[in-house]
Amino acid sequence: MSLLDMFRRQPNSAQQARERLQILLAHERAGADSPDYLPQLQRELLEVVKKYVNVDDDKVQVQLDNSTDVSTLEVNVELPEAAAQPQPEPQRGQRRRRA
Amino acid sequence: MSKVIVMTSGKGGVGKTTSAAAFAAGLAQRGHTTVVVDFDVGLRNLDLVMGCERRVVFDFINVINGDARLNQALIKDKRLQNLYILPTSQTRDKEALTIEGVRRTLDQLREDFDYIVCDSPAGIEKGAVTALYFADEAVIVTNPEVSSVRDSDRILGVLQSKSRRAEEGLDPVGEHLLLTRYDLDRVERGEMLSVDDVLDILAIDLLGVVPEDQAVLRASNVGQPVILDGESSPGQAYRDSVSRFLGEDIPHRFLKREKRGVFQRLFRRSA
Repeated sequence: MSLLDMFRRQPNSAQQARERLQILLAHERAGADSPDYLPQLQRELLEVVKKYVNVDDDKVQVQLDNSTDVSTLEVNVELPEAAAQPQPEPQRGQRRRRA
Repeated sequence: MSKVIVMTSGKGGVGKTTSAAAFAAGLAQRGHTTVVVDFDVGLRNLDLVMGCERRVVFDFINVINGDARLNQALIKDKRLQNLYILPTSQTRDKEALTIEGVRRTLDQLREDFDYIVCDSPAGIEKGAVTALYFADEAVIVTNPEVSSVRDSDRILGVLQSKSRRAEEGLDPVGEHLLLTRYDLDRVERGEMLSVDDVLDILAIDLLGVVPEDQAVLRASNVGQPVILDGESSPGQAYRDSVSRFLGEDIPHRFLKREKRGVFQRLFRRSA
């Protein structure tokens, strides 16, 4: 490294490329073995949950783990703090009326 | 026992055809009877890179459909004794390559050739899967660039799940990384992924690093595999890669700048 380089500290783009790839590929490799229906299942589950609780799209995780004897389907729904408590009356009333 | 090698990458434009031509010529130079087969139906280019585009009469698809015999479609290279080219069709589409037809043709080629080098089309769909399906060894051609590395990772996944060896539960396809268009200056400035970065991410055996060099374009301009330009750095890098593929233990070159002292620099300038 020359003396000039020490003063002119520029961001190292190769380093960024490497880090972005590592994160992305870890994610893509994990998804590569999962069956095709998982994304659809995740979407439909999210729709059902959304009918009752206001959750963000990325707060429902569906994961399938295969071990030799048993496969587990894990559904993880993270509820927002407000939704975990009973919802305020007016909203409930509105919904009842509509139904 | 003959071997089927696929040149694949997922991404287009990274140097599959250049590498297939160079690799096949290199194997022939080393005395092995070799055929290089173009699987990129509709976008035939191997003939051009090999410099035999005016000698194509019948092609791979004609052979599969029974319109021509294999011997009528094979083109003998004019420079190297042991080298043949099987061009593909420029007019058909990728559907014309059936797995059964490819199997028959490759079985027939196995009788006469030590090595069958398959030049794959880009993508991860039918054309690319057909090209890698019968492979014993795969050369993953990759540029030190994010989209190419990502696509290489995808094609490795395809090799491990959709190849014949995977489907029949045989030994997995051998995976070798060929890093092309490597620009040492940019790597040293931190502007390009280094060979170590790419190896860390893809975690496969390194076959060779081919430096970015004008010789590659010059070679394709005149229809000559770049490996025949033994003076050029890509030519040397491909020769080394072929030797490593054949099991020789050869140190990697072109990964570090030659260190020259002040006196050597002065001497060189005056020379």
